[in-house]
Amino acid sequence: MAHSYTPGLTVTDRTVIHRRRMLPLPGKVVVNLGDTISSQQVVARAELPGKVFPINLANQLSVAPGEIREYLTKKEGDVVGKDEILAENKPLIKWFKTEIPSPVAGTIESVSAVTGQVLLREPPRVLQLLAYVDGTIIETIPQQGVVVETTCSLVQGIFGIGGETSGEIVMAVQTPDEPLTPGHFNSTMKGKVVVGGSFLPSEAMKEAKAVGVAGLVVGGIHDEDLRALLGYDLGVAITGTEQVGFTLILTEGFGTIPMAAKTFKLLSSHAGQKASISGATQIRAGVIRPEIIIPQGEGGVGMATQTQREGIRLGDPVRIIRDPLFGRIGEVSALPPELTKIPTESEVRVLEVKFADGKKVIIPRTNIEVIEGA
Amino acid sequence: MTASASTPPKIDHPLNVIVATDCGSTTTKAILIERVGDEYRQTYRGEAPTTVEAPFEDVTRGVLNAIAEIEELSGRKILDGDQIITPCRDDKTGVDIYISTSSAGGGLQMMVTGVVQNMTGESAQRAALGAGAIVIDVLAVNDGRLPHEKIERIRSMRPDMILMSGGTDGGAVTHVVEMAEYVAAAEPRPRFGMSYKLPLIYAGNKDAQPQVKKILEDKSALVVTENIRPVLERENLAPARNKIHDLFLEHVMQQAPGYKKLIDMAGAPIMPTPAAVGLIMEAIAKREHLNLIGVDIGGATTDVFSVFDGVFNRTVSANLGMSYSVSNVLAEAGLASIMRWVPFTIDEQTLRNRIKNKMIRPTTIPQTLDELQIEQAIAREALRLALIHHKSLATGLKGVQQERTISDVFEQQTSGKALIDMLKLDLIVGSGGILSHAPRRIQSMLMMVDAYEPMGCTRLSVDSIFMMPHLGVLSTINEKAATDVFVRDCMIYLGTCVAPIGQGRDGDLCADYEITWPDGKTAKEQLKFGELRLFPLGSGKQATIKVQPAKGVNMGEGPGTAITKDIHGGVVGLLLDGRGRPLRFPVEQQARVAALTKWFKAVDLYPELSVE
Repeated sequence: MAHSYTPGLTVTDRTVIHRRRMLPLPGKVVVNLGDTISSQQVVARAELPGKVFPINLANQLSVAPGEIREYLTKKEGDVVGKDEILAENKPLIKWFKTEIPSPVAGTIESVSAVTGQVLLREPPRVLQLLAYVDGTIIETIPQQGVVVETTCSLVQGIFGIGGETSGEIVMAVQTPDEPLTPGHFNSTMKGKVVVGGSFLPSEAMKEAKAVGVAGLVVGGIHDEDLRALLGYDLGVAITGTEQVGFTLILTEGFGTIPMAAKTFKLLSSHAGQKASISGATQIRAGVIRPEIIIPQGEGGVGMATQTQREGIRLGDPVRIIRDPLFGRIGEVSALPPELTKIPTESEVRVLEVKFADGKKVIIPRTNIEVIEGA
Repeated sequence: MTASASTPPKIDHPLNVIVATDCGSTTTKAILIERVGDEYRQTYRGEAPTTVEAPFEDVTRGVLNAIAEIEELSGRKILDGDQIITPCRDDKTGVDIYISTSSAGGGLQMMVTGVVQNMTGESAQRAALGAGAIVIDVLAVNDGRLPHEKIERIRSMRPDMILMSGGTDGGAVTHVVEMAEYVAAAEPRPRFGMSYKLPLIYAGNKDAQPQVKKILEDKSALVVTENIRPVLERENLAPARNKIHDLFLEHVMQQAPGYKKLIDMAGAPIMPTPAAVGLIMEAIAKREHLNLIGVDIGGATTDVFSVFDGVFNRTVSANLGMSYSVSNVLAEAGLASIMRWVPFTIDEQTLRNRIKNKMIRPTTIPQTLDELQIEQAIAREALRLALIHHKSLATGLKGVQQERTISDVFEQQTSGKALIDMLKLDLIVGSGGILSHAPRRIQSMLMMVDAYEPMGCTRLSVDSIFMMPHLGVLSTINEKAATDVFVRDCMIYLGTCVAPIGQGRDGDLCADYEITWPDGKTAKEQLKFGELRLFPLGSGKQATIKVQPAKGVNMGEGPGTAITKDIHGGVVGLLLDGRGRPLRFPVEQQARVAALTKWFKAVDLYPELSVE
């Protein structure tokens, strides 16, 4: 076998990351190369074309499509106000006059003599693209966006919902195996990123929303609580646009699973500092995982961005990611090369994991993930 | 290789060694095919993670890694740095051609438009699906959405390509032009690349071509082709499908990371994976004069192919799969439907959490027997739902005027009749990880039998190691090589399922049967309702079965009418299914678990049954 690589989640105290900030359509970049920026600063702007409203004037005036130009009071390119008259007929008796008002304010985009339709377009909406993280602009892509570099602590979660936000880190629990309960929340947590331990019950979600936290970071939740929170059963893990009142990041998975000690310790050591977080998750070949970025300011001289791992090595800290030992953390103690028959009768490549208590187990290699950034 | 997909390239040297890859959304799979004596055989395989996205953003990296694995295993030198050595230099160096299919980066995603949803809208959908695309939306004048909603929809979706149809040749042009106006107003943008124009195929009423050109020429890369529905009674899908393949190569793949390099490396046009699988399915059906259903169940999607009376259809259920989309199977099927296949009890919360954990860590495999049983239960539901979806689209043409005679008074058939007839079905072909890699072949067979509920006598097979896409593209340049490998290395016949149609109480007589085995011996027995029986009948062997169904039970020739058929063996054998059709389960939990346990034991499905 050439390369066996099980990608893991990065949990590291110091790294340099690059975030590409791209507009969805061409616009204007408003910062310069080398600028120092903060997370809430606008880096680029674009005008999103307004909504289009078709009106079939031929039908409304009861005339042939080819004749509608004769009835229009405006022409292509003209600006119209809401309820301003777009077209009218000219009957002999005024009582029979029909006037067609514009349903929206905008411009007349096109008039079709084939279908009798007039297309109205609302004014464009300005879209402002924020920097998302504190850092330095290291690349500008004309009309499209920028690349921001920051030296930071980075924690990748496994799954999240909700978009980008930022706030001060608050540790709500004492240990990584303590669940986050409604009692842990108070009004000082408004606008902050609250870190819990092993589990977040639905009552605590409600309390977090009431308090107005910016984000929640916990080990696990129950799927049915997620369903209740979203109002639907999430079928495919493509998230980031949900609006549930806060951004939620799971570090371990579904169920009650203590947060990895390393993650908990790292977040604890940065309590009180500002973090940029995103719940956006996309699980496909090139995955997007939710993240917590805690900028570290200057000091990244000579520090390279994290290199791609080549494979699993003896001594690597790993997390088991499938039942029956889901969520357990240990280290790789043996890497037998040959295929091994597991209880399902499948013959697969395995490895041996040693737990802190010295106990060893055999696990298929695809059922572990390396805790990266170690 | 820049030849058009509709015109396969001419190869001027003998093809003795072929390397083929399939760039999937997660893994790139490579196989080596060599000429051994007079026939072609698949000899080695390798795989590596697909590298379409960051940090590599170059699909050829994964291809080279997968081929490097074949090099290691076979001892043949195929790569010279980043180049594939073609043609062969000697016995141990190079290959004669490199070919590939691809579904990486989400495959080919299309939006189609028509005038009437279940007429030209459906025809356009069939054309796109047959070309290997995932159809992300079907827009039609009568789709129930308001005009501005249609425009918003086109704008928010970012397809790789749009196919526009509508109207019969010589018919009214107004509605087709109206749809063109909506598309133009939405200014659709492609999924990849900011600067290039979205490819758009117009295959509607030819009289509307000048107006459509005027409206859309400046706003898209417009290609005009023959109408897919020139008259109501006939579909003409081939020209539109060929254009889709050409544009896929010329525009879409040029934008995907590394594909320019991949196209240059390959000796034949790159095909979308499902299009290649479709070719193979069509070829089997044609060669053996069969009606077949083929399924490819992947991590994200499930593709279903069918050929009935020579009519080919393909559908893709974009969100039914075993890893990325596993949670969606639960959402669509419901927990009860999945649990009915699990021979033990488990609380809902635990099961829900397990399924979600598989979704967020899609590469994990079941490690314990109960996890395997749960996955195979989910697979049954994914297969079942995908077939229901397929049946809804694999129909005759709708909106066709039918001549009626007095004899139709008693049998009124509507237009748009389903083409899938389980009684006429000869063969089911399964492919995809959960079917190809099931620890026991009987597990693949029973998953398909449970999901599809075949009726009468139906043969079943699986793709040994998932190489149908490779063979599909190979068949376009060397039919013999593709056929040789398909017959000898790819297709594994599982056996035949014999299933009478009807219902009865457990233990009541379902049918009397008499089997004449290949050695001439006969066995005469009774099949009871609620019973599953498995008899060994090896690959390449044939037996004859005479079935006399009980009163009210049907084997396809009418209730109580006896049938005699030759049946083919396979690695599993002959499965007699007395569970009745449609399949029903005991309502009460304990009785259901007991029934499943009995069935599973009868066919030795799992090493041991974990009954809690």
